[in-house]
Amino acid sequence: MRAQPRATVFAVVGSVLWASATVGTAWAIGWVTDTVIEPAVTAGSVAAGGLWLIFGVLVAILAVNVVGVILRRVFATVAGFNLQAGYRRGVTRQYLRLPLSWHHAHPSGQLLSNAHADVEATWQVFNPLPMAIGVIVMLIIAGTMMVFLDPVLAFIGLLVFPGLFLANVIFQRFMSPRITRAQQLRAEVAEVAHESFEAGLIVKSMGREDEETERFRTRTYALRDSLIRVGRTRGTFEPVIEAIPTLGTLAVLGVGTWQVARGELTAAQVVQMAYLFSILAFPVRALGWVLAEIPRSVVGYDRVQRVLRAEGSMEYGERTLPPGEGPASAALHDVVYRHEGEDHPTIHGVSLEVEAGSTTALVGPTGSGKTTLANLALRLVDAEAGSVLIDGVDARRLAHGQIPAVATLVAQQTFMFDDTVRGNVTLGEEATDQSIWDALRIAQADPFVRALPAGLDAVIGERGGTLSGGQRQRIALARAIWRHPRLLVLDDATSAVDPSVEQAILAGLREAREGMTVLVVAYRMATILLADQVVYIEQGRVVDRGTHAELIGRCTGYANLVQAYAREAAERAAVAATEEETS
Amino acid sequence: MSGVEESEEVGASSRIEQQSALGTMATLRRGFELSPEIRVGLGLTIALAVVATVGRVIIPFVVQQTTDNGILAEGGPDVAFVARAIGIAAGVVVVTSLAQYAVNVRLFTAAESGLATLRMKAFRHIHDLSVLTQSTERRGALVSRVTSDVDTISMFVQFGGLMLLISAAQIFLATVLMVVYSPILALVVYLCFVPLVFLVRRFQPMLGRAYGAVRARVGDMLGAISESIVGATTIRAYGVEERTAERIDASIEEHRASAIRAQIRSVIAFVSGQAFAGFTTAVVLVVGTVLATRGQITLGELLAFLFLVNLFTQPVLMATEILNEMQNAVAGWRRVIGVIDTPADVSDPGDDGVVQQRGPITVRFDGVSYAYPGGDLVLRDVDLTIPPHTKVAVVGETGSGKTTLAKLLTRLMDPAGGRVLLDGVELRRIAFRSLRERVVLVPQEGFLFDADLADNIRFGKPTATDDDIALAITELGLDAWIEGLPHGLATQVGQRGESLSAGERQLVAIVRAYLADPDLLVLDEATSAVDPATEVRVQRALDGLTRGRTSVAIAHRLSTAEAADVVVVVDRGEIVEVGAHRELVGAGGVYSRMHDSWSAQQAG
Repeated sequence: MRAQPRATVFAVVGSVLWASATVGTAWAIGWVTDTVIEPAVTAGSVAAGGLWLIFGVLVAILAVNVVGVILRRVFATVAGFNLQAGYRRGVTRQYLRLPLSWHHAHPSGQLLSNAHADVEATWQVFNPLPMAIGVIVMLIIAGTMMVFLDPVLAFIGLLVFPGLFLANVIFQRFMSPRITRAQQLRAEVAEVAHESFEAGLIVKSMGREDEETERFRTRTYALRDSLIRVGRTRGTFEPVIEAIPTLGTLAVLGVGTWQVARGELTAAQVVQMAYLFSILAFPVRALGWVLAEIPRSVVGYDRVQRVLRAEGSMEYGERTLPPGEGPASAALHDVVYRHEGEDHPTIHGVSLEVEAGSTTALVGPTGSGKTTLANLALRLVDAEAGSVLIDGVDARRLAHGQIPAVATLVAQQTFMFDDTVRGNVTLGEEATDQSIWDALRIAQADPFVRALPAGLDAVIGERGGTLSGGQRQRIALARAIWRHPRLLVLDDATSAVDPSVEQAILAGLREAREGMTVLVVAYRMATILLADQVVYIEQGRVVDRGTHAELIGRCTGYANLVQAYAREAAERAAVAATEEETS
Repeated sequence: MSGVEESEEVGASSRIEQQSALGTMATLRRGFELSPEIRVGLGLTIALAVVATVGRVIIPFVVQQTTDNGILAEGGPDVAFVARAIGIAAGVVVVTSLAQYAVNVRLFTAAESGLATLRMKAFRHIHDLSVLTQSTERRGALVSRVTSDVDTISMFVQFGGLMLLISAAQIFLATVLMVVYSPILALVVYLCFVPLVFLVRRFQPMLGRAYGAVRARVGDMLGAISESIVGATTIRAYGVEERTAERIDASIEEHRASAIRAQIRSVIAFVSGQAFAGFTTAVVLVVGTVLATRGQITLGELLAFLFLVNLFTQPVLMATEILNEMQNAVAGWRRVIGVIDTPADVSDPGDDGVVQQRGPITVRFDGVSYAYPGGDLVLRDVDLTIPPHTKVAVVGETGSGKTTLAKLLTRLMDPAGGRVLLDGVELRRIAFRSLRERVVLVPQEGFLFDADLADNIRFGKPTATDDDIALAITELGLDAWIEGLPHGLATQVGQRGESLSAGERQLVAIVRAYLADPDLLVLDEATSAVDPATEVRVQRALDGLTRGRTSVAIAHRLSTAEAADVVVVVDRGEIVEVGAHRELVGAGGVYSRMHDSWSAQQAG
């Protein structure tokens, strides 16, 4: 509200106008009846001026009413949606700021729900809020009038308010846990849906639609039951809130009659008091609706705040890397890394020197920690102990944006933005078509991009549309190459392309890698042979390092790994030969 | 099993409808049809609502009687009468409250049950859509179809529908009373309201479009936000947080603008209702005064008539408000119906489907061709027969059509021309439950759920015990890998399995498929990210264990081809060579060239 002061003020002013006009209409009808209509009826004729007066007074009050409603509703809407938009920006900024470890711990569906349903719930209360303020103004006016009429009667009548307050306290107490549960389940429904749709291919190819539907059903039915419980609580509260003022009116009438009988009050005073109460019936009902929304807003607010207050962002330093075109070096010193919540580190004190301009191959069995090392080198994750240096500067002391400006990663699993080929390569930066085509050519992506109906402007879509895994990988590669990074980290980035294409890509890279340091996670001989240095890793530890020729001679694990295909082929050939001999 | 009918053109896959093109009434009809629970017990609910409404009208009446005939009674207040009247009023309040409570609970129950069913139907249908159709929409937007779009409907279904009925009844009642009191004034009221009816009619479609736009913007917004979550690694690696933020902000801004636009339209609709109500009161007073001076109506009757006008305008205002809300609900409904009514282009033949015996399997491609929607043919006239117990390797350059072949073989897509047959039966005619039991695809990127490893493996066979899983892992020679994980099979894999490496995720997918034990196993680059030693080990284990079953492996590492019984070489959408590795390697064709390049890589 403080964020939208002007709109809020306008909305409240509108609401007060509306409230006054509502009370004013009842007054105006009474007034024209007394001053115009009754004399006219008695006289048996009416002047045109009298009719205009009736019409004019009522239309004037109507105009105030309409202006009030417009102000109230329009500005409440504007303020409400502005606040929602502001909160959404805040929440999504957190999604972009928080580290990957945080993302791994939070289901995508839940985060979507936080950004949408919870933000919406937080500000849902805003739409009727100015109206509620108008109602309160009305209540104050009416209350003051009552006290002036008769303090004793007013006291009885105003007992209604503690009654309403008490009912509301009880309601909030019952409602809060139920709403909390409902919003949580809402998020879980989104979570299952998001995960399940993402798993669409697997679900289909394994014929698990029924099981997935069952999984969704469990959450959906839990949400349904929870919302019904919310409804039951709300359904109890609303009639109570509505009944309390009516019962108050009746009490005023009863006590009032008794007082009139005792001669302490005039009948007219009691009637006026009862009338004041009756015009408040609808507004108080509306107030009940606002009160009923509060628990949901509070819960939504809490859930949103949890994201906004999430800690553990990466701290950046101030240092910048010296400008330059040449290759950048990278080094890891005694780096230890542990996944969040795990007892055992996955990387145990690894040291690695990647000299500027050199190519280093990281080789190791599946699950040995190569990807983690690649991520550490680019500070996508922070080490628990040890240090990571880029061009000799501790990565943690570098300013935000410094590392991406120098170093680029091509991840194992490609991610395509819902954008064109061009957008996916340049990521929004200015670029000539020629530079994009050059990058695509080195990545061997130009033939199929050229074949796309819209070429560079073909929309790829979030899931890569009709592109094959290998084609997506090549676009991701082009994305990296286009940036001419000084340090390029390839994490098994050609796993989905066939050998001849891979050869061509490597040849292209060899030319382009002038001025580039390359750290490559690789299994295949062709890639490894490009490297000046090979580092062999097992279980998060460096087992050996040296040239390929050195390692193949002295490191059994390494030799077994890289020669697996050749050995397999040889064995097969031997078996075939034996078969031929025996036949 | 003649299977001679010519396959119709289905290459053009359908897109998910942004929203259904149904009109308002048709949308409501279809909406209620999809959520039958909403109508369950509606009769009683309406009866209770009538009780509550009547109660709400009676209370002010009783209060008025109390003042008129009790407090203001001639000769001083009639205490006994007042006491009696208050007693009656209190009783009515209690009955009204109870009825209202019952109505609320019944409505909430019916509405939420109905909407849960709607969510279920939409969710299930999204899974029934072909992979290609699914991929025409972003995940975030797809999620909005089963979450926020449905939420939008709930307000209307909970209160709106019923209030609309009650308002209509109240309008009718008020009209009858007005005509009885003064036909002329009743006519005046109706004349005043005619323009409102036209205005509302004109406004409804505009509002509908505005709310429709809001729903679409919500989908876009969730799509954009989802990108920042799923693509977190890429965004950080490339330092494109700012650009992503801009894209998200643009979608948030569009949503905000569209929501305000829609709301302002609804304010205009509501305010015009209110303006007409006030205007009518003014006109009735003026005309009424004239009538009263001519003695055609008494002053008391005129004032009573004003009360009736109020009784009439209140439900009219309520109705315009609900009609607004209804357009909002209809917009949500259209999106949900849009997805439910998107034809499932690769559909289960259902109960008519052929259920096949398990056992050795023969695959035949008969003149199969395929084109992606709006694209050129990617497969042309493919004829291929794979006899039982055969290990087939499909090789070819990226984009040559290998994956398309795998997708056609597993019926993730239907061919544009020709037929794919399993044991002589066309794939389209085989019941899904039979097909998915016999044929399993292991894709390159095996998706993992946020659960532990055992649960992820069990996805292949929900009935598998821990022992079954352990045995499968041993048989595939993956014990050492599992033991190396911090918590073995109980290791949590994280969102999308991101705590594991891509190679490990592929291993999980293999164990999963192995446990599913199909007759035909289709591996689409299923070990591309696995290290060579492990790959060879798994490959051997699979070979040993897949005897008796048919396997089709799509691979670019030719080690797979070397070990296969038959190598199928695909080039530019056509099968150019078929034969054993030993025959093809020296044949001087595409395969021998590919193999040379592969061998050159292996020499080290």
